[in-house]
Amino acid sequence: MQSAARSLRQLGRGPWRALPIAGLTLVPLLVVLASAFEPQPAVWSHLAEYVLPSVLKNTLILLLGVGIGVLLLGVTLAWLTAVCDFPGRRLFAWSLMLPLAMPAYVLAFVQVGLLDFTGPVQTLLRDWLGDSRWFPPIRSTGGVILVLTLAFYPYVYLLARNAFITQGMRAIEAAQALGYTRVQAFWKVALPMARPWIAGGLTLALMETLADFGSVSIFSFDTFTTAIYKAWFALFNLPAASQLASLLVLFVLVLAAVDQRLRHNRRYAAKHFSPGRIALKGIARWGATLFCGTILAVAFAIPVVQLLVWVSEVWRADFDARYPLFLWHSVWLASLAALLVAALGLLLSAIRLHHRDSLTQAIVRLATLGYAIPGTVLAVGVFIPIAWLDNRLADLTTLFGMDSVQILKGSLAVMLLALAARFLAVAFQPIDAAMQRITPNQNNAARALGLSPRQTLFRLQLPMVRGGLLTAILIVFVDVMKEMPITLMTRPFGWDTLAVRVFEMTSEGMWERAALPSLAIVLTGLLPVILLVKKSEISLH
Amino acid sequence: MKKSVSFHRAALFAISLGGLIATPLAVADTVTVYSARNEQLIKPLFDAYTKETGTQIQVLTDKEGPLLERLKAEGAKSPADVLITVDAGYLWHAGQMGVLRPIKSPTLNANVPANLRDPKGEWYGLSVRARTIIYNKKFVNPSRLSTYEALADPEWKGKLCLRTSKKVYNQSLVATMIATLGEQKTEAVVRGWVANLATDVFADDSALIRAVAAGQCDVGIVNTYYLARELDKNPNLPVGLFWANQKERGVHVNISGAGVTKHAPNPVGGQKLIEWLSGDTAQGIYTNDDFEYPVNPKIKPDSIIRHWGPFKMDLINVSKAGELQGAATRLMDRAGYR
Repeated sequence: MQSAARSLRQLGRGPWRALPIAGLTLVPLLVVLASAFEPQPAVWSHLAEYVLPSVLKNTLILLLGVGIGVLLLGVTLAWLTAVCDFPGRRLFAWSLMLPLAMPAYVLAFVQVGLLDFTGPVQTLLRDWLGDSRWFPPIRSTGGVILVLTLAFYPYVYLLARNAFITQGMRAIEAAQALGYTRVQAFWKVALPMARPWIAGGLTLALMETLADFGSVSIFSFDTFTTAIYKAWFALFNLPAASQLASLLVLFVLVLAAVDQRLRHNRRYAAKHFSPGRIALKGIARWGATLFCGTILAVAFAIPVVQLLVWVSEVWRADFDARYPLFLWHSVWLASLAALLVAALGLLLSAIRLHHRDSLTQAIVRLATLGYAIPGTVLAVGVFIPIAWLDNRLADLTTLFGMDSVQILKGSLAVMLLALAARFLAVAFQPIDAAMQRITPNQNNAARALGLSPRQTLFRLQLPMVRGGLLTAILIVFVDVMKEMPITLMTRPFGWDTLAVRVFEMTSEGMWERAALPSLAIVLTGLLPVILLVKKSEISLH
Repeated sequence: MKKSVSFHRAALFAISLGGLIATPLAVADTVTVYSARNEQLIKPLFDAYTKETGTQIQVLTDKEGPLLERLKAEGAKSPADVLITVDAGYLWHAGQMGVLRPIKSPTLNANVPANLRDPKGEWYGLSVRARTIIYNKKFVNPSRLSTYEALADPEWKGKLCLRTSKKVYNQSLVATMIATLGEQKTEAVVRGWVANLATDVFADDSALIRAVAAGQCDVGIVNTYYLARELDKNPNLPVGLFWANQKERGVHVNISGAGVTKHAPNPVGGQKLIEWLSGDTAQGIYTNDDFEYPVNPKIKPDSIIRHWGPFKMDLINVSKAGELQGAATRLMDRAGYR
């Protein structure tokens, strides 16, 4: 009886704890969804007939392609660098993370520039062979999938590597002792054990694919997101755009449910450090080196060289005294946001661990939806309530005889909250994957010792998820550096960052001139990325 | 427990620091501008204005869509005095949303031709962006060229390059075609274009110009300043410019322009700025820095674009482009122009 009452109380508390954090995402989402109730029959009948069919098809193909791509690439590379041994493994282990620092739209622009008909590759082929029309077109479905895969595989790579490092080799050995071959052991034991991590990385990659506008528009590839922008910018119909965004949210909820299913009823409590590595032999040995080297070159080295070439052409004209300030703004904003978002992600994950009722779980899911909404749409959703609140506050200050001022909009707090709404998923995934390693027994023991949930958080969970937490901080840092629409819309006057610089140049098609701020973003992003990998290397020893 | 306190404190500290470094607020002799024209293109203008008048300009850039939503959400408390965009369609839309105020200015009426400003006086064009035909000099004799519509003829099958229909410049072009030719004829032309495409549509004009230069296609339609930029980098580019529709309505032009916002705290300062932007100094900067055409007929275009000669422009009021932008977008969707 008593325990029943307690569990009822517990059930009641979870949602209330999760809701304030989820509110960050839910309020802007609801603002967007609210306008979905103004029917726009004329626009809809047009969209339904001429736009949606192809856009839905494209989006599904893109999700499927990028999903398969990042899984293949991310898991393979993670397995190779975490569990196997081959020439250059140590170098690749950290350098294969570097593409994370490269904004997807920059990668897209560089690759299209290099591989399109007018690019150096096909020009050279024409000079040699007289014709290059047989060359597979980069501005195609396959091209978009390829580039987005290269841009987003690091999410899967990073998380899967975490899993393999801590349990991969041990799992293989245990399975081999049970009579499995090594290949069977990989498929039947190591891979399933890494599933929450891989699913987490995959979810991030797919959400980012759904929200992407910059890269797909470089390919002129129509997706759901481009349809949203078409309704808004070309048909001047924000309600219709919101309705499309609502559909997108529904779609993401389905995705989240699938993700949930993948993890259903599984406990991932193992945490052992692996003893040795599998030394690759023969063709496999150098094959692994070649494979890793190719991916690194295409996804990172070649684009960076291209950026360097452009920078050398434009930097005299474009570099000015303001750049240190842009850099400082970017780093400061990214640092604050990373700490804030990681803290929120940790709380959210801890709440999810404590309150297993379905309502809490659902609210936690909703809190991470912001990552799949096109940035500009989310930015509007954030801005409208803030402006409203600011105007009420201004009324209040004038009431007290002060000048009316823009209290909220003039501060960074708004930017941070908006960024939190966008990137909560990014922080939540690695933390939650780590959190799932905590066994119910450990939790119960903490309870039995009389620790409050908060004490459990700081004594048990925090030390257990330290690795995931650091991963979260560093990925959010890099993502905020690259983020454009929310920064643009919520920044106070004069608060320009490197990403804002990229926007200024690219909005008039001056991609070469955007090389300078882009390269600065990549180079700044390298530091945390290298830190990230060093951290996982250290945990091995 | 101890740890928990320090955690909360860190979060609080972070947020309060964020508040501390907020920027100072507008002072009296300041004009606040919301601009969709990017910073490096307007900064030289604003710097010159500040030097000449002492007025400080505070500027915030973003895309047109978010800027308009921002203005709307801020309502009567908006700090913005002036809205600048790079397309007539958005200025028209801003007028529809009621975020601009009409101004009466003899200066602007004298400097800006009537077809390049709002009939109600809510916004004014400040630079002209002509969109016309380009061709590969090696493969095309310009005598074969005449109008936008003629590019739909079977003669150009597999020879035409176009930018995506999602770009507002193409929406404006097709909108003015609807205004003169009607929907049916326009749709037939657009279908003809699509049938003639040499390759998938391009994401930007510069890539299209390079495709024409490389011989991937023979002809295309671009804004002239993109070609000027490419020629500025490489004067030997084998790409020629042809003024379209000279024997009839003239070349399609769009504008970048500005208006004073409805709730401007400093409307007088905003109007003065716009008037100055239509004057000699500013118009010179517009054409010399970005190779656009000055809106003010008294100012000579930049030398790099002067040798293309004078051209007849379509005198239809540019606000038509905004009015028909939705119809144009739907038409292009129907015609399969992506």
